[in-house]
Formats: sequence, structure tokens, C-alpha cells
Amino acid sequence: MSTSPERREWPGATLARVPYWVYGDEDNYKAELRRIFEGPVWNYVALESDLARTGDYRTTFVGEMPVVVVRGEAGEIHAFENRCSHRGALIALDDSGSTGKRFQCVYHAWSYDLRGALVGVAFEKGANGKGGMPESFCKADHGPRQLRTATIGGLVFASLSPAAPPIEEYLGEAVRSRLLRVLGRPVQVLGRFVQALPNNWKLYVENVKDTYHASLLHTFFSTFHITRLTQGGGVLVSPDGAHHASSTIDRGDDRVSTAYRDQGIRSESDRYRLTDPSLLDTLKEFGDDIQLQILTVFPNLVVQQVYNALAVRQVLPKGPGAMELHWTYLGFADDTAEMRRRRLRQANLVGPAGYVSMEDGCVGGFVQRGVAAAEDTLSVVNMGGEGAESQDTRATEAAVRGFWKAYRAYMGY
Amino acid sequence: MLDRVSRLNAEYARAIDDDRLEDWPGFFTDPCLYSITSADNHRQGMPAGVIYADSTGMLKDRVAALREANVYERQSYRHVVGLPAIVGERDGAVRAETPFLVVRIMRDGTMALFATGRYLDTLVEEAGALRFRERVVVCDSSRIDTLLAIPL
Repeated sequence: MSTSPERREWPGATLARVPYWVYGDEDNYKAELRRIFEGPVWNYVALESDLARTGDYRTTFVGEMPVVVVRGEAGEIHAFENRCSHRGALIALDDSGSTGKRFQCVYHAWSYDLRGALVGVAFEKGANGKGGMPESFCKADHGPRQLRTATIGGLVFASLSPAAPPIEEYLGEAVRSRLLRVLGRPVQVLGRFVQALPNNWKLYVENVKDTYHASLLHTFFSTFHITRLTQGGGVLVSPDGAHHASSTIDRGDDRVSTAYRDQGIRSESDRYRLTDPSLLDTLKEFGDDIQLQILTVFPNLVVQQVYNALAVRQVLPKGPGAMELHWTYLGFADDTAEMRRRRLRQANLVGPAGYVSMEDGCVGGFVQRGVAAAEDTLSVVNMGGEGAESQDTRATEAAVRGFWKAYRAYMGY
Repeated sequence: MLDRVSRLNAEYARAIDDDRLEDWPGFFTDPCLYSITSADNHRQGMPAGVIYADSTGMLKDRVAALREANVYERQSYRHVVGLPAIVGERDGAVRAETPFLVVRIMRDGTMALFATGRYLDTLVEEAGALRFRERVVVCDSSRIDTLLAIPL
């Protein structure tokens, strides 16, 4: 027997404790789909460059709701539920394509314009004077749900809720400028991969916001003497806690730090060096010293700059204990051949086989399995205090607490 | 030639499945190209791979990272490699295309079909042995379960 989400009690006010039931409870999961993904948030759904011409579309999801995102006749971008208003079949079946000015459901050939409005019903007047729809049937009253769309930095977001504020306001000035720092000019897609993760979606989002784990779980950089938590950087958290941008700054003055060795952490060793160090041959392309920037937009987007390896990652929930991570590897349309090659080589750092990200594919599953019998126990999220404010260190869980601050506000906990 | 490519493929698969990853870079020339991509990416001409190496140094670093740095649950592969098709031969380089299946066996005994696809190879003779100048691993699916640690 499960309890309804309204009857679940959040255990106390502090942001530094999180109950484990939140990763497995069915009813809570269903409430998340309604209150968060289909609520007053902006979900990342596509790249503008995926939708170059009128009729170009991609299919994706808002939470678990299938959606079509399409370039309209006047250059605007529309999004609507990918569900025929007749019998509920998917309207568009491919990941992407180009459809002209109409979509047509394969089941009974009902058709939709690029806004998702029902414009055609096959045999609406019947055949040979028989059958057909009743006179009272009004096509305008029947259509899949339409979503608002917004774009920034070449990213397309969609929202089902009229209450979502304008995207600039939603992000806040600080996160917005960090986003545009990377996505400041037209991008080119270098590849797409899907990573199926055996864990609740929140465990991945927390992981991305968790600046504390990076050099402890991902020992590639420290094993090969590349970067450590003792380097410069910090974490910026939006005032509502929802979004964040963490950064590592190349100061080059901490190579003599003994902090890891002093604490006996396995990441410290002197034996290993890269055979081909050109992997890390990096060009500063954003006019600053930020080597790595990981940015999240609540609830489902990660924008990654790891040296010159750029990607957007879309988080799609697939039930309480599963999710998909959709990776889109990016370069810029004006990249030289040399820059393209640099991005392809540095892509080894990230993705499902990434030197500093493959662990993120399994660690969420370790938690999911670890807490199987601990739903009323609390996890400890105390590094750097109890608050969710920006901090100039990465040895903190401030952005994770920010996630819970926003999560509880949307969920009413 | 078909026979030589088949034997090379068999040795390659045994090296990975027997956890002799240190032998893996030796199957390639230097420079080389080894990449793991998907049929969708390949068809659309998109160049990124989940692994992308263009020197044997990068292959050695991949093995060193798996041994010394990366964290993943104990797992192994069983490659089943089909018959190669020799699709071209020019200037001493042979192009071959070979289908494969890889079953991944996890530490708890779970066995699952992890990847299917084809190897798109360019092979050359080097010091009396056949080596891969290019091995592009085109997986039939773009979807990877959990993570990809061991090379395909």
C-alpha cells in the first residue's frame, strides 16, 4: 500500500536532510510529473538548429508526456502533445523529420497544422452520404495540449503552464549570462547518444549539481594530475535554488597542494601520466579562465563545457527507478577542422564512456539499490552548511540543497 | 585475405574478452582511428563517438584509465564476431565490414545483450602483421545501458 503524495510528510525544514522515499515512491513520482514537469517550469526540448525550416520537427518528452516540437510557418516554434485527439495514437513517429505544413496521424488520418490544431478529419462528412461525424462535432474543441515555447542561446524550452515566467526571468541574470557565455553563437551537432540509467531522475540531477563528488568519484583528473578540488572555482546557485553553474578555474598554482595525500584519498598518486597528453590541448574560447563549467536548468537540462568538449544533456524520467539521459555533443558552426578534431578528442572526457562521467552512469544506481530498504531514513547533504547560496568553493553541496529548495517549493513540501 | 581478417578479429575479441586490454592498442597502427558511434550518427555523417581515439597513445590511456582511475562494477564481455565482408582493397589497404554481438556479464551474473553492430575497418600490413588503421564501431542502437567502460 502506498500513501498519497499529500499524506507524505517532509521530515523537517532543513535543506540538509532528504528522505530516501523520494527516489522510489510511485505516487510521489506521479505528482512530480504533474507538479514539476507539467507545471510552471521550462523543460528543455530541442535545439533551434534542429528546426531550421518550416515543418522541421523533433519528437521528445516533457516528463513522460510525448511532445512534438516544430518550426511554424512564420518562423516561430510550436510544441504540442504528441497524441492524436481521436484515439490517442502518437501523431509523429520519428525522432526528427520534416513534415511540410501538416502532421497526419497514421491510424485514421486525422491531421494537424504546425500549431497542433486539429484541421482535418478523414470522412468527416461520411462516405456516400452515410456515416461521418455528427454535425455538433467541432474540430477546434479537439486537439492535443499545446505548450508555450521559449528560446535562449539556441535552446528551445517548452512549458504547459501559463504561470511559468519569461525564460530570462526564470533563469535569473547570473545563470542566464553563464549559459550565454557558452552558447553565444550558432551550434552544430556532432553526435547524439542515449544513456539509460537505472535510477530515479533526481539522483542524476543531484549528481550534476554536486560539486563535492567530482574529483573524489572521478579520479581520472587526479590520477593523471590534471585538476583537483583544491583548484579555483565555485558554485553559483540561482536565488530560488533551481538552477546552478559550477566552474573550475585554471590558476596553475595548486599543483603542489598535498590536500589529497594528507587525507589519504585514493585520487592522489604520482605514478600516472597520459601517454598522449594532447587530449587536453585546450583553446580558451570564451574569453576567460574557466576550464570547466557545468550548468543546470531546472528540471531537466545540463549544459556542459569541459575544456572544449561541449554538450547538452536532457534528463527524461522513465518511472521512479529509471531515466534516460539524452546527450547532444556540440561544436560551433564556424569551428575550424582543428577545433572540430579537438572537440571530438576531448569528448572522451564525457558521455556514457567519459573519463570523468562514466561513473555518473552507475553511481545513481548504487544509491537506488543501496536505499531499497531505507525509505524513511534521511540522506545527509551538509557539506558547506545548510544553505543554498552561491559559494566560492566546490567542497560544498550548496547546489544540491538548492535543488531541494526548488523541488519542495514546486511539490508543496 | 578473408581468412587473415577473420583471424585478426578472433584475436582482437579474445584480447578484450580475456581482459588482456593491455594488448588492445597493439592491434592498431599509429596514428589510427578507433571510434564507437551509432548507426544514426554514422548515417547522418555526425563524427562524435562515445570513445574517439586517433593515436595508440590515446588507446593506452583509455586502458590505463580503466585500470587505475575509472569506477564501474566488475563486468566482462563476450564478443561473437561474424564473417567479415571484404568491401574494398586499394594501395595496400583493405576495407572490411564485420558484424558483431556483445553480451555484457555483470558481477551479479546478469547477462544482457549490450551491443550489436558492425566494425567498419581499414586494415594495413605493418611489420608482417595486419593492423587496424581504422576501426569505426557502428552500434545499431544509440542507446547505451548505464555506461560503456570496456571497449567494443
